[in-house]
Amino acid sequence: MRAARERVAGSVANFVDERTGAAKFLKKSLNKVFPDHWSFMLGEIALYSFIILLLSGTFLTFWFVPSQEELIYNGSYVPLKGVKMSAAYASTLDISFDVRGGMLMRQIHHWAALLFLAAMVAHMMRVFFTGAFRKPREMNWIFGVALITLGIVEGFLGYSLPDDLLSGTGIRIAQAILQAIPLVGTYAAFFAFGGEFPGLDFIPRIYTVHVLLLPGIMLGLITVHLMLVWYQKHTQYPGPGRTEKNVVGYPLLPVYMAKAGGFLFIVFGVTAFLGAVASINPIWVFGPYTPTQISAGSQPDWYMGWLDGLVRMSPPLESHIFNHTISWNILIPGLIVPGIMFTGLALWPFIESWATGDKREHNLLDRPRNAPSRTAVGAMAITFTIVALINGGNDIIATHFSLTINQIMWATRISIFVLPPLAYVITKRICLALQRADRDLVLHGRETGRLVMLPHGEFVEIHEELSPEEAWTRTSHEQLAPIPAAGIDANGVRAKGVLKDRIRARISKGILQEQIAKPTAKDKLEIGDGHH
Amino acid sequence: MRKLSRLRRRKITAPVLLFLALIIVGNAYAFIGATVTTPGATASNARSTMVDEGREIFLRGCSSCHGLNAEGGGIAPALIGVGAASVDFQVGTGRMPLADMSQQAMRKTPIYNEEETAALAAYVATLAPGPAIPGAAQLTFERDGNTAEGGELFRTNCAMCHNAAGQGGALTQGKYAPTLMGVEAKYFYEAMITGPQSMPVFGDKAITPEEKLSIIKWIKAVESEKGLGGASLGKVGPVTEGLVSWVLGIGLLIGIAVWLTTKSR
Repeated sequence: MRAARERVAGSVANFVDERTGAAKFLKKSLNKVFPDHWSFMLGEIALYSFIILLLSGTFLTFWFVPSQEELIYNGSYVPLKGVKMSAAYASTLDISFDVRGGMLMRQIHHWAALLFLAAMVAHMMRVFFTGAFRKPREMNWIFGVALITLGIVEGFLGYSLPDDLLSGTGIRIAQAILQAIPLVGTYAAFFAFGGEFPGLDFIPRIYTVHVLLLPGIMLGLITVHLMLVWYQKHTQYPGPGRTEKNVVGYPLLPVYMAKAGGFLFIVFGVTAFLGAVASINPIWVFGPYTPTQISAGSQPDWYMGWLDGLVRMSPPLESHIFNHTISWNILIPGLIVPGIMFTGLALWPFIESWATGDKREHNLLDRPRNAPSRTAVGAMAITFTIVALINGGNDIIATHFSLTINQIMWATRISIFVLPPLAYVITKRICLALQRADRDLVLHGRETGRLVMLPHGEFVEIHEELSPEEAWTRTSHEQLAPIPAAGIDANGVRAKGVLKDRIRARISKGILQEQIAKPTAKDKLEIGDGHH
Repeated sequence: MRKLSRLRRRKITAPVLLFLALIIVGNAYAFIGATVTTPGATASNARSTMVDEGREIFLRGCSSCHGLNAEGGGIAPALIGVGAASVDFQVGTGRMPLADMSQQAMRKTPIYNEEETAALAAYVATLAPGPAIPGAAQLTFERDGNTAEGGELFRTNCAMCHNAAGQGGALTQGKYAPTLMGVEAKYFYEAMITGPQSMPVFGDKAITPEEKLSIIKWIKAVESEKGLGGASLGKVGPVTEGLVSWVLGIGLLIGIAVWLTTKSR
């Protein structure tokens, strides 16, 4: 019996292999080694939530009606019975109250969207702080930035679709931001909405973009993103036995198949749990959208919240040039600042390699403390975003913590300029302190707390030497020197592009000069056997 | 004695003593404060009429700010013509007398009991005609209200300050629109006809009495609506949702990722 089954399996495998040559590929792939670290699984959370989004989203399309056609609601939610609303809103109410499992699926879809964005941000922070974006992975970093940007847009369109009072308010703000583009703004807004706001075209249009265009592009980008990880191999943390040329870890089959497969179901489980126990986007509370109504405490989802916070804190600046209004109060926080931030984010690998002069390939990750300036820049960006995010929720914070909106607004207006530079300085100091701690640890070993009296009466604390592996992990990184400025040569001739070089030398000095020299074998010998 | 002096030197002694001292002072203050701020507690029932009694309470508890003849002053408005409904709302919900001179009177446990409030209202109503306290015959929202219509009216007229779910919202400079959950129907009606604090007056021509009943019915329907879709997370929208997705969602998943990558020993 067993032999027969094996024969069947063998001939099927043979059939496939003879036509596709899959065996060779599979053999190579299944033995591929991946390094093991919890922070390498953040991207997986994003991938799995994306899968959940595709599946639950498909379910929702079966009942959602993407139309702004007006009708009178006659479903089972009594407080809205007889109210005029769009077909989109009514069908979302139907999904919530009249479709079996609809409420759960809607909530899973929305929770998965929040987790998807949060996981992407967490993943990006890991990649940034460990320097995983360096050559040869700059392109994959850009794909990642593109995915986050598209994810934010996709999420925004998603919660705009139900056409409830909250989402309509969000669309209205999006329209305002569109209008704020100088010269073409009003045309762009009329084009997008097919006329005056809100019109009847917008929901059907963003529906196509939300369920077809953006998921399609994102799926493509994710595929390329993963193929590049596959091809370039995964980065790894420095440690004994790990070099730029190898990968230390476990093979895909069976270890990673089991871990990744298990994790997929865990992410499914956590999302389903949240969808089952916690209400999200209760559209029936907000009511249908009409431009004449608005609710206090209207908020976007968190990934848009920091943009909303920037808009809320901007002073009312407006200029009129040649009969044309330029609304700086929307243009700067809504388009210019995020534009600069995302462009800077995408170009960061190139900015960094230009400033440090490091153009080599890196497969070993940095410990964040060993790249103090980069870590400090990251902390600065996070601080900026969090300050903006806090102001995005200023009305909720005001009512729940007995503060005034004005206090919060002014506090964040000042903090947005003061705190990020402060975060830079503090983070850099912490990194250097950690470097110093590493150096002390390697040179003197671990303090054991055991005091010993020597025969001549001296008290010493016994220090325990680090193991060679631990010492290696703390000393294997390289420390780059600042780029010297090209200047005037021996014959007094100014080198070409000297200003650019001087700027670069200046930046590179700022980044690289201040470092705690890592201990060398010579330092170790000079100190002798530790206690002193 | 030796034992005590040794205890005195313990590290824990100072914080414990400080804590005890705070409790004693706090309780003493609360006790004294409570006896001072209940002027109506000893009001005599022997007054001949309700209005006289109300005037008595007014002179004792309100006139220092509102003036001896309710003519108002630098820090308080005149009460001539505000009507019984306004007094019933302000005093009945504990907003008046003020707890402190902050931006806005807040809801608290009423200082005057029902009879005293009624007496105060009766006295103020004699100063000049004003809106009367709506009686039970007027508050037939259960029978005459239309929930869906009330919701529409609420979203058009009330939601911009009180939030679409009646959870309250922030106004400028620390003022706020309070939450509407757990409020008696009578007070909704009074608030609409008298416009307390930052709230505008919604006269019977703007919102008819029947429409007012519909609004009340809708608020009561929202209040009794429980747990559609699970825990409501404070009904404040995406702020708590974002917090939950990061703290509970990503937090939990990172915890599991750490567990999955821990080397088995």
